[in-house]
Amino acid sequence: MYDVIIIGAGVSGSAVARELSRYKVNACVLEKEEDVCCGTSKANSAIIHAGYDAAEGSLMAKLNVEGNQIMPELSKELDIPFEQCGSLVVCLDEASLPNLQALYDRGVKNGVEDLEIITDKARIREMEPNLTDEVVAVLSAPTAGIVCPFHLNIALAENAYTNGIDFKFDTEVESIEPIEGGWKLETSQGAYETRYVVNAAGVYADRFHNMVSESKIHITPRRGDYFLLDKNAGKHVNRTIFALPSKYGKGVLVTPTVHGNLIIGPTAVDIEDKEGTATTREGLDELSKASLNVKNLPMRQVITSFAGLRAHEDHHEFIIRELEDAPGFVDCAGIESPGLTSSPAIGKMVAEILREKLDLDVNPDFNGTRKGNIDLDTLSKEEKAALIEKEPAYGNIICRCEMVTEGELLDAIHRPLGARTLDGIKRRTRAGAGRCQAGFCTPKTMEILHRELGIPMTEITKSGGDSQLLVGYNKDRI
Amino acid sequence: MKEYDIVIIGGGPAGLAAAIAARDNGSESILILERDKELGGILNQCIHNGFGLHTFKEELTGPEYAARFTEQVEKYKIEYVLNTMVIEISPEKVVTAMNREEGLFDIQAKAIILAMGCRERSRGALNIPGYRPAGIFSAGTAQRLVNMEGFMPGREVVILGSGDIGLIMARRLTLEGAKVKVVAEIMPYSGGLKRNIVQCLDDYGIPLKLSHTVIEIRGKERLEGITLAAVDDRGKPIAGTEEEYSCDTLLLSVGLIPENELSGAMGVVMNPVTSGPIVNESLETNVEGVFACGNVLHVHDLVDFVSEEAAAAGKNASNYVKNGEQKPNGREIILEGTDGVRYTVPSTINPERMEATQIVRFRVGNVYKNCYIGVYFNDERVLHRKRMVMAPGEMEEIKLEKEKLLLHPDIDRITIRVEEA
Repeated sequence: MYDVIIIGAGVSGSAVARELSRYKVNACVLEKEEDVCCGTSKANSAIIHAGYDAAEGSLMAKLNVEGNQIMPELSKELDIPFEQCGSLVVCLDEASLPNLQALYDRGVKNGVEDLEIITDKARIREMEPNLTDEVVAVLSAPTAGIVCPFHLNIALAENAYTNGIDFKFDTEVESIEPIEGGWKLETSQGAYETRYVVNAAGVYADRFHNMVSESKIHITPRRGDYFLLDKNAGKHVNRTIFALPSKYGKGVLVTPTVHGNLIIGPTAVDIEDKEGTATTREGLDELSKASLNVKNLPMRQVITSFAGLRAHEDHHEFIIRELEDAPGFVDCAGIESPGLTSSPAIGKMVAEILREKLDLDVNPDFNGTRKGNIDLDTLSKEEKAALIEKEPAYGNIICRCEMVTEGELLDAIHRPLGARTLDGIKRRTRAGAGRCQAGFCTPKTMEILHRELGIPMTEITKSGGDSQLLVGYNKDRI
Repeated sequence: MKEYDIVIIGGGPAGLAAAIAARDNGSESILILERDKELGGILNQCIHNGFGLHTFKEELTGPEYAARFTEQVEKYKIEYVLNTMVIEISPEKVVTAMNREEGLFDIQAKAIILAMGCRERSRGALNIPGYRPAGIFSAGTAQRLVNMEGFMPGREVVILGSGDIGLIMARRLTLEGAKVKVVAEIMPYSGGLKRNIVQCLDDYGIPLKLSHTVIEIRGKERLEGITLAAVDDRGKPIAGTEEEYSCDTLLLSVGLIPENELSGAMGVVMNPVTSGPIVNESLETNVEGVFACGNVLHVHDLVDFVSEEAAAAGKNASNYVKNGEQKPNGREIILEGTDGVRYTVPSTINPERMEATQIVRFRVGNVYKNCYIGVYFNDERVLHRKRMVMAPGEMEEIKLEKEKLLLHPDIDRITIRVEEA
């Protein structure tokens, strides 16, 4: 019997696992997909919010600000890309100024530092030359930032794993029954028993909660469509640019990414299907709203579009607590935006609940630091040369758009909880994430996965399950 | 640092022809840098025939056509390195490249020929809504998988876009045992060669639906189906025309984009119409001593024309190394396409420096029947050539005579137009 089973290897579950690994504990993460970071955590704005959005006094507000404060240090410990580039909320008409002021006031109450309302247009233009000329004022939040959500999630999980937490993939929890001293989880890969369950199942968290509790919750998948633009467009704005909700509607954001792309999105459409990550024509058309705040958006530079699902709980609040009518079952539910920002704080909060309940001792071998992936593209000429001399695979470019080498693919495959699919490779190395969208590197990446993991070519998948890329051999049906 | 007179970026048809022409012109110090494991570029995966009709007056397959050039490169003992990626070119013509064996290294060139080719437009650039399952390939990726590695990417195939690679793959996949259900083209005309429509679709009973596009993609893990719809003259889907197709594969053949990230980073100025460098009559870019040819300059329809153009670039680069930049009494004539002519290569022409005959290549932006190509020296029409049909999928050319241009010292602009009958 495990001490703790965490359902879901998204950023919340992985953050909980990593914080839990500070203690001596027999714990396991069950994930229905083939990899970490496959649901809400992989498709979002990749933003570290400052913390002025959430209602004063809410858990969301508290954990947002805490997560924001943890991120600079955490990104160093885990060696992942993070940039405190700041954010602006753009106000386009005098009538909405009180709303901007309200955001400022709420932020101050939430404990957000260095907030400032700027009305000096020359200064605004200097900060962001591509903001619309209609801008009346902006709320500046220098503590906001951008992060690679894949690397954050992957690094948290990997660090948890190297500190002793088990991970089981392709393992979907089907039912949860109370047993003596804990819970029995029936899964697609057999039964597991545990003293405590952490429900970090994203859009599915209501399903598991409602299996064990009479006090029902309801989570709506709120779909958001996004555009990702070429790196040529990445400097169009320097900060995350939010729209101030106004008579023009809620608006969409425009932000640089840590890898130098530009993201535009998201829309917000409530749907029923918890797997409904298909973009829609209406959604993609709506993204043109971003041009209300940012001018000359180079929409011809779109290299891909995608949709993510926010796990919106009816009360728009994080639910993080042990259930009163189901002791031993800890919810980590309703983790929608600012969930990515809050995840380090969520991890700490849940781990503290578990430490207290299970009376856990400190794990003396815990090592919270890791060395991240080598990203050749960020190294100097001398560093590159030295690396290739040591390991020639770093001299062999596989993805020419993102300049990713065979050496980086080998790292991604052979690291703890390594990549096994094309998308797994992409999230770890960016091979296939560039402007040709994997046109050139797909056959080469497949070849390397085949060679390194012994997976037959016809069994290599894009993203696990039935997502095989090839169906057979030439003329095999003739 | 190693030094070469001419460094050629890319060992595909353009790079090979440029190298051979430079050697024929007397250059000895030439290096070809090729990223793949063999010379020949994309020709290696084009195992169909139809190459070389203009150049060799016979029909060759892609690898056969490439072999004609690689054999000559070997015979001439022109140096080349394989599996080598150029990662940077400085305006001072220092080429930085990397490979497994030599690591990261710099090469000083006196002249550089850009011959990196192009890439395929991806689904993302089209904004087709829906899921992102496995089973959506660019036509060229599928071509590589089938022709070079022997794998079937799918059983039931829909092809979006009627570019030549898509048409060729419709036939290829049919021959390998797949069912190609339809080729859809958003434009009211095909983007490919007429002969490919006949030989790759008509001969196999594969329907071509013009003015149609994919509006939905179904299947979360592997593609399960798509929805086609007719589009209006602005390219917008027309409600009520939706047709569902079940398929496990969607191939995209929706355009090629010259790969000029290296060129742009070194300061080469691009033509927004072609996405290739702006060049003068020597196929030289705005960066002195840097030449461009083949699909990195503008996307061609036939490889024969790539070879011809690249040979000119190779000769010009060789002359540049021998003689230095020649700046004769600087009369640059601007060449431009209007009235249906989308662009011209080159963009400027210097009558003093040009060869006796200068080929100007261009494409038209629509299908034109029974029309004329008009060439104007300033406002004076000097050519009025009848064309039965011109289409965006086929490259056009005219020739300019040095003799004639020298007779008109007052010309500052040459315009090429489509003129309706």
